[in-house]
Amino acid sequence: MVFLWSFIVGGLICVVGQLLFDVAKLTPGHTLSTLVVAGAILDGFGLYEPLIDFAGAGATVPITSFGNSLVHGALEEADKHGLVGVVTGMFEVTSSGISAAIIFGMIGAIFFKAKG
Amino acid sequence: MNDPHANYKDYEKAQEPKRPLFKNCMKAFLIGGLICVIGQVISTIYMYFFDFTEQTVGNPTVATLIFITMLLTGFGLYDRIAQFAGAGTAVPVTGFGNAVISAAIEHRTEGFVQGVGGNMFKLAGSVILFGVFSAFVIAFIKTIFTYWSGA
Repeated sequence: MVFLWSFIVGGLICVVGQLLFDVAKLTPGHTLSTLVVAGAILDGFGLYEPLIDFAGAGATVPITSFGNSLVHGALEEADKHGLVGVVTGMFEVTSSGISAAIIFGMIGAIFFKAKG
Repeated sequence: MNDPHANYKDYEKAQEPKRPLFKNCMKAFLIGGLICVIGQVISTIYMYFFDFTEQTVGNPTVATLIFITMLLTGFGLYDRIAQFAGAGTAVPVTGFGNAVISAAIEHRTEGFVQGVGGNMFKLAGSVILFGVFSAFVIAFIKTIFTYWSGA
């Protein structure tokens, strides 16, 4: 069942992105930044975590979850260390997305050649 | 007085190709949904065979998806799927990976330091900037709010 819901929820988030492309005429950069901020705000109100419980990867794979996990890490650390934790805990949860992008970006640059 | 170009502007507007909105949304829904299902399959595998919990499984799943993205980007397949899917491939984390990896590959000819290092986050940098800064503001406000209401 979680497979169906991850398909529907993940697909719907992509439709929101497509509407921002086509209707609001935003560039991809603006669209993705908007979605990340939206994810961060949703987690600020505690609404993103229930969505993950409900839709699994449908909520963790779209870029909105990047904003969510940044806020999440910051708040978890803030619980322990106060306001300093907001800065130190920021990347606690979401480390893998950025480190994977950097590592595989480097490996890609070593092994692949640009086309065209 | 009448705008002498009014007729032309109407004409121009009528001739402008309409974006097939519904079709684009369906494509984005299908491909975006499919990428999330692949993510769910990877998550399930990690949970059953590598002892991850539902809370921690996001990290390895994202890393695996970005690894797959590297292969697809390197062989030039990601761009083809992206032309069809629009936001369906841009919104999932694979789109973030593709932005980083394709910039790295493209600027390889300028050398590893200036080219790859300097351009890797050319496109994806704004996502990190706005993600981190908005998360900082939100977490900051929420922490202060918790202190006030709790103490």
